[in-house]
Amino acid sequence: MITTTNKEEIAIIKEQDVVPMRNRVRDYGVKVGMSILNQTKLITAASELVRNLLKYGGGGRVIVEEVTNGRDKGVRLTFIDNGPGIVNIELAMKDGYSTGKSLGLGLPGTKRLVNEFDIKTEMGVGTTVTIIKWKNG
Amino acid sequence: MERIPILKMGDFLLVTIQVDLYDQLAENLESDLINTINKHNSRGVLIDISAVSIIDSFMGRILGNIAVMAKIMDAQTVVVGMQPAVAITLVELGLSLNGVISALNVEKGMDLLRAKMYNGDNEGQIDDNDDE
Repeated sequence: MITTTNKEEIAIIKEQDVVPMRNRVRDYGVKVGMSILNQTKLITAASELVRNLLKYGGGGRVIVEEVTNGRDKGVRLTFIDNGPGIVNIELAMKDGYSTGKSLGLGLPGTKRLVNEFDIKTEMGVGTTVTIIKWKNG
Repeated sequence: MERIPILKMGDFLLVTIQVDLYDQLAENLESDLINTINKHNSRGVLIDISAVSIIDSFMGRILGNIAVMAKIMDAQTVVVGMQPAVAITLVELGLSLNGVISALNVEKGMDLLRAKMYNGDNEGQIDDNDDE
């Protein structure tokens, strides 16, 4: 059972919004007592996902939460866009696959950096990605 | 628009990234650097990333691109000062930065550039085939 102890929402409209978003994520990581390495992994994951949100989803919002499962504290990030959705999610999760010009490391790479990763997409409605990094994860 | 300053030091260019990177900023740096190499006929580029707290796949790719482009223009690139957490994260992300030569700090990076220049030594170089 995961409970939220603190929460805020950040709108992402343009590329410059990415830097303050990363800083907020860092603040949350520091607050739950994450190591520098885990903070770096979390922020890098966030940076990858927010790029997708801007590039493919046309912007959206990020919900940052401080969460606990009773044993460990962590940070949960939810990336919500109202873009076209992902046509083939299995393919999108494969290393090296990209419909854009990128390396195709974004989604699979991000999954390796965090403890929990969930992606929901619906054609014409949008995509929601949720990740959790535990303090000791 | 925000830009990262490029300093000329003799035959070399020195770039110290002191701000958090975002995509446009990294792209500007790439084109500015290549233009500056051309303008000054620079033989080496030293990029100090000791103040950079995160590098994701896009910025990593830009660093790789800079190294390859500079190489084509006959200039060596050395990236110095990567934070340990950044190095670990990059590898876990799946980015190996093939072709990018690195050194622990600015001093060692400068030594490396000088050694490469004056020895005209291309043997010790990391191969630049990149599968990215």
